[in-house]
Amino acid sequence: MTETTTQGTARERPEAPAGAGGRPRGAARTGPNKPLLGAVGIVAFLGMWEAVPHLGLVSERFLPPASTVLAALAQRATTPGLWIAVGDTLIGWGLGLAIAFVAAVLLGFAMGALPRVRAFTNSTVDFLRPIPSVALIPLAILLYGTDLRSTLLLVVYACFWLIYIQVLYGVADVDPVAEQTARSYGLGRLARIRYVVWPTTLPYLMTGVRLAAAVALILAITAQLIIGSPGIGQEIAVAQSSGAVSSVYALIVATGALGVLINIGVRVLERRVLRWHTSVRGEATA
Amino acid sequence: MSSQSTTLSTGPGATASVRRAGTKVLHLLLLPALLIGLYAYSSANSDSYYMPTPDLIAAAFVELWFSERFFVDVLPSLARLAVGFTLSAVLGVGLGVVLGLSTRVRALFEPVLEFLRAIPPPVLVPLMILLVGIDDSMKVLVIVSGCVWPILLNTVEGVRAVDPVLADTARCYGINGTTRLRVLVLRSASPQIMAGLRLALALAIILMVISEMFASSSGLGFAVVQFQRSFAIPEMWAGMVLLGMIGFALSVLFEFAEGRVLGWYRGLRAANRGE
Amino acid sequence: MSANSGTSAGADAANPGATTNHQGERPTMLKVTGLQKIYNGGANAVEAVRDLTFDLGEGKLVCLVGPSGCGKTTLLKCIAGLMPPTSGTVELAGQSVTAPPPGMAVVFQEYGRSLFAWMSVRANVELPLKEKKIPRGRRRELVDESLEAVGLTSFAHAYPWQLSGGMQQRVAIARAIAYEPQVLLMDEPFAAVDAQTRADLEDLIRQIWQRMGVTVLFVTHDIDEAVYLGERVLVLSSSPTVVQDDITVDLPTERDQLTTRQDERFTELRARVYAEIQQAKKSAGAAPTAAPSVAH
Repeated sequence: MTETTTQGTARERPEAPAGAGGRPRGAARTGPNKPLLGAVGIVAFLGMWEAVPHLGLVSERFLPPASTVLAALAQRATTPGLWIAVGDTLIGWGLGLAIAFVAAVLLGFAMGALPRVRAFTNSTVDFLRPIPSVALIPLAILLYGTDLRSTLLLVVYACFWLIYIQVLYGVADVDPVAEQTARSYGLGRLARIRYVVWPTTLPYLMTGVRLAAAVALILAITAQLIIGSPGIGQEIAVAQSSGAVSSVYALIVATGALGVLINIGVRVLERRVLRWHTSVRGEATA
Repeated sequence: MSSQSTTLSTGPGATASVRRAGTKVLHLLLLPALLIGLYAYSSANSDSYYMPTPDLIAAAFVELWFSERFFVDVLPSLARLAVGFTLSAVLGVGLGVVLGLSTRVRALFEPVLEFLRAIPPPVLVPLMILLVGIDDSMKVLVIVSGCVWPILLNTVEGVRAVDPVLADTARCYGINGTTRLRVLVLRSASPQIMAGLRLALALAIILMVISEMFASSSGLGFAVVQFQRSFAIPEMWAGMVLLGMIGFALSVLFEFAEGRVLGWYRGLRAANRGE
Repeated sequence: MSANSGTSAGADAANPGATTNHQGERPTMLKVTGLQKIYNGGANAVEAVRDLTFDLGEGKLVCLVGPSGCGKTTLLKCIAGLMPPTSGTVELAGQSVTAPPPGMAVVFQEYGRSLFAWMSVRANVELPLKEKKIPRGRRRELVDESLEAVGLTSFAHAYPWQLSGGMQQRVAIARAIAYEPQVLLMDEPFAAVDAQTRADLEDLIRQIWQRMGVTVLFVTHDIDEAVYLGERVLVLSSSPTVVQDDITVDLPTERDQLTTRQDERFTELRARVYAEIQQAKKSAGAAPTAAPSVAH
């Protein structure tokens, strides 16, 4: 549960407070039973899901019990169809994210280095950024049909702004003292970017990537659902229109699992990349 | 002589301020003008059916949205957006405070929430159609089911981050119960809550459009897809432009609200930076 | 012992139930008995405070001083009712303290973090009074008076973060005195301000104390400050903490940053406290007792 998104990471937060008398407080209280409680939560959730249709609170036609859905998922997992769909989804997600990342970083650093030029772009950025990328769906259909490029158009448009804005924040956050120190030691422009600007920007960049990774999945699935490009989204649309209710649920669970994996992956990446950074070192694993 | 010197001294000052204002206008308008010009030029010189000239789009825009369609398609969409967003905010902040204040409750719900929030909200559209049909409540539910998460998670983070010294101070001065919630918890979590709301707003617009595109007979998303299917290209563009304008307008509105709510926070950050 | 002729706390000689402390004359306002605090955690339990017993007469200004990491903050939190002690009791005016009592105000070291950043200076001072259900008119009076006492009348509508560190701590002090507490606890309140501001704030505290007759418990790690401010200095040992010595400061009531600090008696007292603390540190280093991880 670490979705902190106050512009540019949680850096400004006061240092992790030393507990009373300088000792870590409550370490023993929250320690061992946390995974246990979490497991209890999952079991309770599944139990309720199982019970509600059995008790007839909701018709099984609309909410198949957990066991049925998980069985359907297991059955689908043995066929290549599901894995091909997952692969297609991941390709759209990864490729779109990568393109947005490269473009946003290059442009972000260029604009950070050229504040005069940047002044001319602000109004345009402020206008384009809040445009919902789904507004591009009709255009994507017209231009690319159900091709992968449709998915990419949506994903790249949405992710680019998220990352680009974070890079701009990061470049603007460079500590003038650090910059001057680097200058006084005769570091050249490239060396300054490498040793001063880049490390400052990195936490912001990672925040942008974390947000963009989740949004990219949303839009990749959306494109498949609405436009019909191949992937899990399309499978869900097909299952829904053929009335295969437990399949719809099974596929939703599959996308949820995919989402969890992506979130965990990005968090691990963030931790690795920012190992040296206080916001990571100080952060409690929650 | 003296009067001359004063006019002389105001002269350059005035021109400087005029020049500064001019630069500002230039900053604001140059690139948009260039881009529109470029589009106009390329659309006029290309025979692509999909790229109507700006004047065609503008004409379609006026014709479409300055008619009763505005009340049939646009207003209901916006109303669903408002209801969905408000419900998400209430639900997200409420649950977030509960989870943020109690370590145990948080530990209990965390894995389940982690899973639920990882589900990309658009996949819930087919599900909601199954469960509640294709009426307004489906669309609102879709919006809520997607928007609740960023608000909830940010509220949890914000509530957890309440400064322990400040919390102790409040206890010492007998500030408890609802006052504590109002004066201490919600206010100190408000930067994170606002960040969550901002993410949620962007998501709400996306979900509003998707829910209407997937299965609907009215609404802005439905209209745009309808134009595309019937190859009413200028109208389709006009719909896209309107969507863009709604996104922009809502973000400006939000920015304004945020400025009111978080004025103190911006000042505080600036003060910390200065030191 | 000659110190309190200047206080306005009134010599209430007749207070039958009150116990008298070792200094005689005054009824006890704050009484700490056998206070012990062990941080839980089974095998690696840490005993921060072992056995503390002392009391404060009404209207006294007592300084607690000890080597760094001696559990001063723990002690203060127990006294303030913010943290339950493992054993022992704290009594405020005869009432046992189990939660933050209404008659106590605390000024923390971290001024920037103890003020509500989203409220003006005035609202910060006024908030506890609102919670105390004090009528509006009286509230305004109290806020005005206390802001004037700390010299911040013209900053009433500013936000705390617009002020300097010393001024922020003045806001916290104003909030404390507007609350009209019986006991004012101060946890190293001036540790984070610059030296000159610190001298001013020390004089401000003496002045407020003399005028209001409030009982003050002032925790500090600064020996000079303890001797300069207090009527009495309690020297704490290293953690696990006990009271190592109880020194009466027999300096004149009217103190002055320049002359008092040059006073021969001041130097003597200072040297004595210093020696005690050095000894406390040494015995901590030698003692093979628990507490493997006494924190910074």
